[in-house]
Amino acid sequence: MTADSKEIFAKLSELLAPFNSKNIELKPDTEISTDLNIDSVSVMDFVMEVEDHFDIDIPLNVLADTHTMTDMVKVVEQRLAQGGSS
Amino acid sequence: MIDLFDKHHHTIERHSRMLQMGSDVVGLASTQMLSPTRAIIDGRETVLAGTNNYMGITFEEDCIAAGKKALDEFGTGTTGSRIANGTYGLHRELEQELAGFLGRKHCIVFTTGYQANLGMMAGLAGPKDTIFLDADSHSSIYDGCTLSGANLVRFRHNNATDLEKRLARHDPESGGRLVVLEGIYSMVGDRAPLADFVEVKKRQGFQLLVDEAHSFGVLGPNGRGLADEAGLESDVDFIVGTFSKSVGAIGGFGAGDHPQFDAIRYSSRPYMFTASPSPSSAATSIAAVRKLKAEPERRARLADNSKRLFDGFHALGLETCCDTVSPVIAVKCPDELAAIVMWNALLKAGVYVNIAVPPAAPNNLCLLRCSVSAAHTHDDIDLIIKLFGEVVASGAVAVSA
Ligand SMILES: Cc1ncc(COP(=O)(O)O)c(C=O)c1O
Repeated sequence: MTADSKEIFAKLSELLAPFNSKNIELKPDTEISTDLNIDSVSVMDFVMEVEDHFDIDIPLNVLADTHTMTDMVKVVEQRLAQGGSS
Repeated sequence: MIDLFDKHHHTIERHSRMLQMGSDVVGLASTQMLSPTRAIIDGRETVLAGTNNYMGITFEEDCIAAGKKALDEFGTGTTGSRIANGTYGLHRELEQELAGFLGRKHCIVFTTGYQANLGMMAGLAGPKDTIFLDADSHSSIYDGCTLSGANLVRFRHNNATDLEKRLARHDPESGGRLVVLEGIYSMVGDRAPLADFVEVKKRQGFQLLVDEAHSFGVLGPNGRGLADEAGLESDVDFIVGTFSKSVGAIGGFGAGDHPQFDAIRYSSRPYMFTASPSPSSAATSIAAVRKLKAEPERRARLADNSKRLFDGFHALGLETCCDTVSPVIAVKCPDELAAIVMWNALLKAGVYVNIAVPPAAPNNLCLLRCSVSAAHTHDDIDLIIKLFGEVVASGAVAVSA
């Protein structure tokens, strides 16, 4: 991971904490929904926190292929590079 | 080989835990319907306070007569899609009746409200477009958005400022923009702050759809829904509604004034690839919509009953999810376990309400959701309040859990 993506990973972990009620350790290949057993609405609520923190939009249709923490870091990097627009 | 059911193990465990605590929350059967507000459940006469039968219109003599006549004259089913052999004169008549009721130029009838949302989202938006939807939208809206293939941007519930921030990030030249709201949100009973959203619409530009599923027949001087109540009908481009609540039948509709509105009939898969509503359902819907127009006192009675229940709950010190009175009144429970225990105790005591837990309920809420009917008597409402007092407010049941 680059320095930037490490920073994003750390921030995502922080934003995910309130949804991670069992305090499961977050690794790059952790599957956000299945490994943490978070329901579909909570995943979307988490994504909304990410959108607000980075001031980007992450359209829900993009999320269909986003499963792991690494996937999510990539999405954030991509959306930041696009200047946040959808 | 991986069993396809493996992925359901969390849900299956959750359901069996629930079964150990009493009746099947999601599998209850009413074995006899005595009236819009009474049923036999588990062999007992039960007061129904969770039916969405807002107008109490399911046992009206003239509606039943219209349904029977349609059965006699048109048979039991249409055996076809609206675009093939499944459009009968009744469906056209229903569309005209609704368009007239709503004061709209066009109306399309779908087979359920769920399909109306699927059909409208997929008919209106495509892969280049963006749908901005309220975070607490009904599943049929989410599913319709997915079916459309559009970009989906979710904004914070009832927050016009949050929507505007997201619209400002979006390039309006990249495709059409559809914003989707609900008149009354089904789980919690709050209304969309329509005036705020209309302000944003004037600044940012988009087309606006309101799902009036729970507000059609209920809100506004003409019973047309939230847009009618707010005096903002001309700012709402599209209305969606269902017959499964105030109309007391099955089916749904989309309506609007756009000159090309009928294009949805030829481009929307949930309209084209399913059979049309049965003749009897179409016929009772026509009679019911006429009744909504002819009997505004039903709306007044519903409002009066809703306020009585709302005030009664507050006098008990119960915490409801929404400060404004609406026919959906949801009481907060401490957690899922308490909600299930209290729901069972209420059912045993003789009142049926809905239970809503995440993800069906928003914000991790666990709710006992009541829906009020114009057919409830004051005695019914007072009984519901009394039982909530004994079961929920006293805390006795929750503690013993
Ligand atoms: C907001 C909302 N939209 C649409 C529907 C779907 O309606 P139907 O029951 O007719 O499929 C419902 C309820 O079921 C709803 O609550």
